[in-house]
Amino acid sequence: MNLFVLSWKYLKDKPLNTFLNVLLMSLGVAIILVLLILNTQLSDSLGKNKRGIDLVVGAKGSPLQLILANVYHIDFPTGNIKLDEAKNLMRNRLVKSAIPLALGDNYRGFRIVGTNHDYVNLYEATLAEGELWRYNLDCVIGAKVAKQLGLKVGDSFFGAHGISVADMDHEEASYKVVGILAPNGSVLDNLILINIESVWQVHDHAEVDSTATHDHSPVLGSAYQTGLPNGDEASEITSMLIQFRSAMGAVQLPRMINSNTNMQAASPAFETQRLFSLLGIGVNMIKSFAYIIIVIAGLSIFISLYNALKDRKYDLAIMRSLGASKTKLFIHVIFEGILITVLGGLLGFVLGHGLVELLVSYYKKSEEIGITGMVIVNNEFSVLLLSVGVGVLAALIPAFNAYRTDISKVLAQD
Amino acid sequence: MISIENLSFGYSDRKILSITKMEIKEKQHLMILGKSGSGKTTLLHILGGLLNPKRGKVMIGETDLYQLSETKRDKHRGQHIGLVFQKAHLIAALSVEDNLLLAQYFSGTTQDKTRIAEVLKSLNLGEKGQSKVKSLSQGEQQRVTIARALLNRPKLLLADEPTASLDDDNAMAVITLLKEQAEMNNASLIIATHDQRVKNEFDVQLNLNEQ
Repeated sequence: MNLFVLSWKYLKDKPLNTFLNVLLMSLGVAIILVLLILNTQLSDSLGKNKRGIDLVVGAKGSPLQLILANVYHIDFPTGNIKLDEAKNLMRNRLVKSAIPLALGDNYRGFRIVGTNHDYVNLYEATLAEGELWRYNLDCVIGAKVAKQLGLKVGDSFFGAHGISVADMDHEEASYKVVGILAPNGSVLDNLILINIESVWQVHDHAEVDSTATHDHSPVLGSAYQTGLPNGDEASEITSMLIQFRSAMGAVQLPRMINSNTNMQAASPAFETQRLFSLLGIGVNMIKSFAYIIIVIAGLSIFISLYNALKDRKYDLAIMRSLGASKTKLFIHVIFEGILITVLGGLLGFVLGHGLVELLVSYYKKSEEIGITGMVIVNNEFSVLLLSVGVGVLAALIPAFNAYRTDISKVLAQD
Repeated sequence: MISIENLSFGYSDRKILSITKMEIKEKQHLMILGKSGSGKTTLLHILGGLLNPKRGKVMIGETDLYQLSETKRDKHRGQHIGLVFQKAHLIAALSVEDNLLLAQYFSGTTQDKTRIAEVLKSLNLGEKGQSKVKSLSQGEQQRVTIARALLNRPKLLLADEPTASLDDDNAMAVITLLKEQAEMNNASLIIATHDQRVKNEFDVQLNLNEQ
């Protein structure tokens, strides 16, 4: 027997009351944790994927959409830009490097992206198996693609038009897997990478030599390592990921592109910040709601303890008569408060992580951007600390009353 | 030996109790008689270290009870004084055994389940260790409080109206039990009561009505 066991037995003696208080506490904690986990992972993921990209240049439309489609691969592309215009931009002295992207196809929900090896190097991805693509219609797949679809080096498949699952297949040309990337937590995990010319080829672009498509002899890409491929006037790509040579680029390039060309420039940093400030209002409201629940839980624990102690003043007097000091009674009551809130905190911890996992299993997209309930994020321990604090606060007045119990008076009352 | 010197206690100016000198020898039993409000309980609480007297000295053996700090007095009470009340104040959230373990824990003595079993057995409660307090009868509960009071082998056993809520048979049984157990444990027994039924059971009596 000790104070801890004693407090626990009192809680066990009133299971319903204890359960309700624990549940209330856990709901508040769970909501805060869900927000914390989502927020941390989302900003981690967004931050990681926009690293090294100063500007995205694509077709005119919503700048946020441009970023979401070309950096995070979650929205539809805004349209295409002319290859010639892209080439002109690439020659601009303010541009240090530019990675072209050609989107539009998918294979069972995973996006097929026409690009060059610079794109792989941008995210510092390494190969787990095979080699990087060089020939048209060769592809390298991300780690998650390989795992979920069970694709291996040497396998081939037909892409489908569009960027969601149920679209029509391109049955005229199949892709061959030549390499699989090691998992690295970036968007590359969910992508299938090919030459831009391969994209043109499956869309029956005039530029690609028709004999080459039919006799299946491999054609080496004209720019598989870096730069833009050779194409005719009608050739188009979806976007370019630009890195500035100097800070001057940030000042001049966007204005130059937006006013002098048919293209649009958008900054990933600015657009994601805008997105977060839009989401932030909602997040803050839910967060306040969660804190209100925790305050109510604290109040409920306070009321339970306060009322219970009125009935328990004989118990407390008896404990004193058995040799317990005032301080021991104080700690005994505080323990009861802490036990409830810590149990609530732990249950909330399980609930919160479970809830995130449930969300992930419902929305496939959330897994693609790297959200999981199976990690512990930084601030979680401070939330558990908070629950201990709530327990102490809720029990403080009842504990002080227990401390002050006049044993003689209570015992003489019968 | 328990001794009292120049003791007085009162609320505000109204003096309720004053005892110039009183001595209770080892193993001696004393009955304090008096109407309600005569100060029986007050005297018992003072002897038990539960209530600070206004003036005077209470010695339990070699210890001057009210020279101790409050925490030390609590501990001293837990180790050397056993208390039995009119109603069986047991902790309802705990089993019988846990109630007794609590007495050992709070007094700072070792938690010894063999000793608990031994005391329960001597009070015919051998089977009740794991029972919930609520499932016991009134008489059984009163016996558990006696077991709790005797558990730490106290020098002094104080009982405040232990028979008041019991019928004739049970009242006599409890008195006999208290005397028996006190003798078995070499403790002095002091009972405060206004119960006329048990008056003749004690040779040494202190009548507060006459003061």
